Order: sequence, then structure tokens, then C-alpha cells
Amino acid sequence: MANSVWVFAEVKDGKIKKVTFEMLSEGKKMAEKLGGDLSAVLLGQNVGSLAEQLGHYGADKVYLAEHEALKDYTTDAYSKVIAELIKANEPSIVLYGATVLGKDLSPRVAARVEAGLATDCTGIGLDNSGKLTATRPMFAGKAYADISFSDSKPNMASIRPNALPVSPPDESKKAEVIKVDVNINPDDIRTTIQEFIKTAGERPDLTEAEIIVSGGRGMKGPENFKMLEELADVLGATVGASRAAVDAGWRNVSDQVGQTGKVVSPNLYIACGISGAIQHLAGMSTSKYIVAINKDSEAPIFQKADYGIVDDLFKVLPVLTEELKKLKAEG
Amino acid sequence: MNVVVCVKQVPDTESAIKVKPDGSDIIKDDLKYVMNPYDEYGIEEALRIKEKFGGVVTILCMGPGRAVETIRTGLAMGADQAVQLDDPAFEGGDAFATAKALAEALKGIEYGLIFCGKQAIDDDLSQVGASLAELLKLPQVSLIQKLEIADDKKSATVHRQVEGGIEILKVSLPAVLTTQKGLNEPRYASLPGIMKAKKKPLDVKNLAALGLSSDSVGCAGSKSLITKYTPPPPRAAGKIIEGEGPQETVPKLVKLLREEAKMI
Ligand SMILES: Cc1cc2nc3c(=O)[nH]c(=O)nc-3n(C[C@H](O)[C@H](O)[C@H](O)COP(=O)(O)OP(=O)(O)OC[C@H]3O[C@@H](n4cnc5c(N)ncnc54)[C@H](O)[C@@H]3O)c2cc1C
Ligand SMILES: Nc1ncnc2c1ncn2[C@@H]1O[C@H](COP(=O)(O)O)[C@@H](O)[C@H]1O
Repeated sequence: MANSVWVFAEVKDGKIKKVTFEMLSEGKKMAEKLGGDLSAVLLGQNVGSLAEQLGHYGADKVYLAEHEALKDYTTDAYSKVIAELIKANEPSIVLYGATVLGKDLSPRVAARVEAGLATDCTGIGLDNSGKLTATRPMFAGKAYADISFSDSKPNMASIRPNALPVSPPDESKKAEVIKVDVNINPDDIRTTIQEFIKTAGERPDLTEAEIIVSGGRGMKGPENFKMLEELADVLGATVGASRAAVDAGWRNVSDQVGQTGKVVSPNLYIACGISGAIQHLAGMSTSKYIVAINKDSEAPIFQKADYGIVDDLFKVLPVLTEELKKLKAEG
Repeated sequence: MNVVVCVKQVPDTESAIKVKPDGSDIIKDDLKYVMNPYDEYGIEEALRIKEKFGGVVTILCMGPGRAVETIRTGLAMGADQAVQLDDPAFEGGDAFATAKALAEALKGIEYGLIFCGKQAIDDDLSQVGASLAELLKLPQVSLIQKLEIADDKKSATVHRQVEGGIEILKVSLPAVLTTQKGLNEPRYASLPGIMKAKKKPLDVKNLAALGLSSDSVGCAGSKSLITKYTPPPPRAAGKIIEGEGPQETVPKLVKLLREEAKMI
């Protein structure tokens, strides 16, 4: 339908990802301005019960595609279903989370339906004619760009997690569920998942974490990251690392924050024993609050930090963890 | 097995990026350029495939004259030949327009596998690999960290990094794979490699040679365009927390985080 705004609802471990609610909240405002409706697109197997929640966050409709071939994400199956839905219903705007999945799926769909796509946006809006506009960091946040789209529809954007505020859900709101016929042949899917090796605990991915505690070369060795894990446990945070720590083999590659690692935007980033090289700063300078703990008062990280402690991290961290534990206990 | 590696030339990661006062572009005068770091993994992996199975490694690079340096670096690492797409008409294109030109150039090249980087660290799009795969009707796997090609070369097993773990999957070949840190350690170009690179074939194609119309590439062929650049929002000057040791500084920090930042 013309003027409608679509949000791809991403499901992980049976739950809808928070970035979906962020997009619905913003999408609702856009749909209202456009005089169209807001739809969520929900794919998977046995995911129908999640449609209700999408309604609470503002979806007028939920396109529900359930099929055993959609149980796990594959580029081929998901892009086929979504591209066909887009062609049949012609939405104006389609939004995805800029997650690992969203970044794999959205460019594939965009190329198939010949749509413009802005990746990893930190802001979206409408221009005077009601067309999508987007703001996105480039050069790992060293510059920002405003994006406009061609007149052909739809226009698409993937949205960085934690970038847009979530409006509170309204439990009285119900979405109309539209069941989608799924036609997928085994030949359509050219990848087969063989195994999944879990490497992380229950912590959110760095790109979605609200709090990150990160360690660098100043941590001195892999065993000391335990101190950061403990701090992270108290804060409900995820642990990151500088490239120096990753290259030394102390941490997994997937933990690297920076221009050639992950670009993160948590609410709070605590850098421990990290000097603040330009490539590291590029990956975390959009964090809302930055705390630096470093014994060198000249370290460039202090120029970006909201709060800094110039001291030995091995003395500071245990005290910090204790203080926070006390605070938690007091409630 | 013949492998194509898509390579982009980007500003060095050390570069400070400055925006022109009118926001029309970034200031390019003092930039130093390097090979996109993620594309180095693609070249390295292609060379390892060549060492195991034989075949030709081709670098495909769309970029202006200066990109020759990056192409030569790849040839010096050991790639066999290169195709450069160089025409003012290609400039300013989005991922869709870029992929269209790359796909057209691939028509004349035989390949069993195509590598792209997970993202180019200038535009940070993370799109070209998937767009290219779609235009070529090939399967894609993004963010690969390990690759094993089956003996019959008709499929490959890859490890890809996803949230919370590693996904192992089998993909039919040819395919487009996007490379991520962890896949390998890219080799440096050796001195003999650098000497040899100068004599390796480099085919420079402009728009006419590619046979595309000017409205299908670059800005004209794009579905999304940059209208304005802005510098990142400034950060307020930070506070160094004063005090005698952690017993004094840490409680102050916690108080600030709680009362001022409202983070905990
Ligand atoms: C192409 C390229 C890409 C790169 N990409 C990235 C990237 O994505 N991410 C990234 O992080 N880096 C990246 N780098 C590397 C970057 O340039 C730095 O080398 C790296 O970030 C340094 O890591 P570090 O801060 O942990 O180590 P260092 O710079 O060595 O800093 C260690 C800090 O720890 C402090 N310290 C030591 N002991 C203590 C103690 N007991 N208590 C408190 N403080 C202590 C020191 O004062 C120092 O400031 C890249 C480099 C290149 C060339
Ligand atoms: N101009 C280009 N020439 C060749 N390859 C490119 C070009 N632009 C992007 N690529 C490839 O696509 C990858 C992802 O780029 P991007 O989608 O721009 O982030 C890069 O790592 C390259 O492998």
C-alpha cells in the first residue's frame, strides 16, 4: 500500500529484538505524517505469538510468514519472502535493524527490488515531499552524511541499535495479522546451516549492548579480563577489547571495538587500559557516556572521556566493582 | 580455481576526516590512501586457494587513477592480474550503482568464487557484496572467518561470525563471500613481488569499454545519494576525577554516573 512504512521484525532466540521496537516507535511517527499505516514483517517458524507485541509498539498490521524453511535465517529464503511481499504491496519505506542479520538481508533485498538503502543510520526522517531521509556515520563516525533517495519506491534504511528512542508500549493496541503464503523450494536455498557454536554467554552483542566495559593492552594478560567480566556482571554489560588485546590473543576477534572491529554506541562505555588510538575512538566515540581508567594522564582517551580516573586499573577496578555491588544491594 | 577479489582504495585509518565548510564533501587534499583492510583478507584467502588448487587471482577495483597503487599492492602480494574501472562517470555512486559496474566487469572474467570485504571503511556501507551477489544471482555468505573448499570445488564450508557465536554453513559455489578479521593474516608484499607486480596485466576500463550507459552508474545510476556531510557532534570536555587513590575517586565516579549521567 502506498504511504505505508514497514519494519522488519528481527527475532532472536524466540524474542523480538529491541531495535525492532526502536524502529516501530520512529516508524509510527512517520506513518502518521504520511497518512499511511505501519506494518511489521515477521518471519520464522512458530513466531505468530510475537505479533501481539508488535501491535503494542504501534504496528497496525503484521505480515506473518511462517514456514519451516524460515526457522533459521538464510539469506535466500528471507530475501525471497520479503522481496515478494514488497513487490506485491509496494510500501514506501522499509526499515531493518543494522544487525548482523539486517546487514546481510537488507542489501540483498534492496538490490532485488532496486531500492535505495542507507546502512547503519542514526537518524531518519521525512523531507517536504514525504520521502525518507537518513543520517548515517561514515568513516567510522569521523563524519556524518545526510542521505536522500530516488523517487522510485520503496526507500530503505537499516537502523543502528540504541540510536532511536523507544516509545512505551500500549497493551490495548492490536495489530491485524496478515498470514503470508510462503513458497520456498529446497532449491531456492543455496546455503545449509550445519552447526552453531555458541561463543558468548547470555550477554548482548557489543553492537547492541547498553553498557560496555572494554580492556586494552593495559590489562596485561588474558587472565585479568576476569576483573572486567565481574564488573560487567554487576552492570549487566558486555565486555569489549582494543585491537592490541585481540591481536595479543587475549580476547576473541568478535570482541574488538574500533574502525576495523565493531562500531558500538552504548549508553556507557568504560575503557580500561586503552590509550584511545584514532582507530579505537572511531569505533566508540558515539557512546553517550565514556569513562576512562588509565594510569597515563596524557592518554588521548581522556580527551573523549566524560569522566576519567588517572590511576592503576588494577587498583581501581576491584573498588569500582565493590562500590557498584553495594549500590545494587541497596537497590 | 579462479578467484576474483573486489578491492577498494580507502583513506588510511589514521586519517583525520575533515568536512568542507559548505558540507559538500570531505577534504581530500591531505588524505593518504590504502587498500581497504577487509579486502586484504580476501586477497590472502584467494592466494591460499590458488596455492592449493591452482588458478588465477584477479583483482577488480573501481576507482580513480590513484587506485593503481592499491591494485599494485595486491599484485605484489601475489594476485595475477587486475581490472580497474576508472571513469568520472563512476564517481559518487551508491552500493547499487557500484555493484552494477562490478557485475558488468565480471562478465568477461571466469571465476569460481568472489571475495568482497565486509565493509569499506570509508563509506561503511556493508552493501556491495550482497548487492553484487544479487545482481549475479549467486549465493552470498557474509562475515566469514574460515573457509574450506570441497575437493570437487562445487561447495564450500564456511564459518561466519554472528551474534553470540559462530555459524557453520555449507554454500554452493560460485558464491560471493564477504571477509572479516580472523579469516587469516594477510601477507606483506615481498620485494620480488613488488618487482613482478609492475609487469602483471592491468586492464583499465572506462565506461565505454564496460558498455554501460552513463545514467546507470555513478550518481546518475544511484538510488540513494549523499546530500550533505557534517562533522560529528562535538563532545563536551570531560572531567578528570581528583582524589587520593580509588577509595576517593571511585565513589565520586559512581556518584556522577548515578546522579549526573543517570547511567546506573
Ligand atoms: C589499519 C588499522 C586498523 C586498526 N583498527 C583498530 C580497531 O578496530 N580497534 C582498535 O582498538 N585498534 C585498532 N588499531 C590499532 C590502534 O592503532 C592501536 O594500536 C590500539 O588501539 C592500541 O590498543 P590499546 O589502547 O589497548 O594499547 P596501547 O595503545 O598500548 O595502550 C595501553 C594503555 O594502557 C595504559 N595502561 C597500562 N597499564 C595500565 C595500568 N596498570 N592501569 C591503567 N592503565 C594502564 C597505558 O597507559 C596505555 O594508555 C588499528 C590499527 C591499524 C593500523
Ligand atoms: N569501488 C569498489 N571497487 C571494488 N570493490 C568495491 C568497491 N566498493 C566496494 N567494493 C567491495 O565491496 C566491499 C564492501 O564495500 P561497501 O559495501 O562499500 O562497504 C569492499 O570491501 C570491496 O570488497
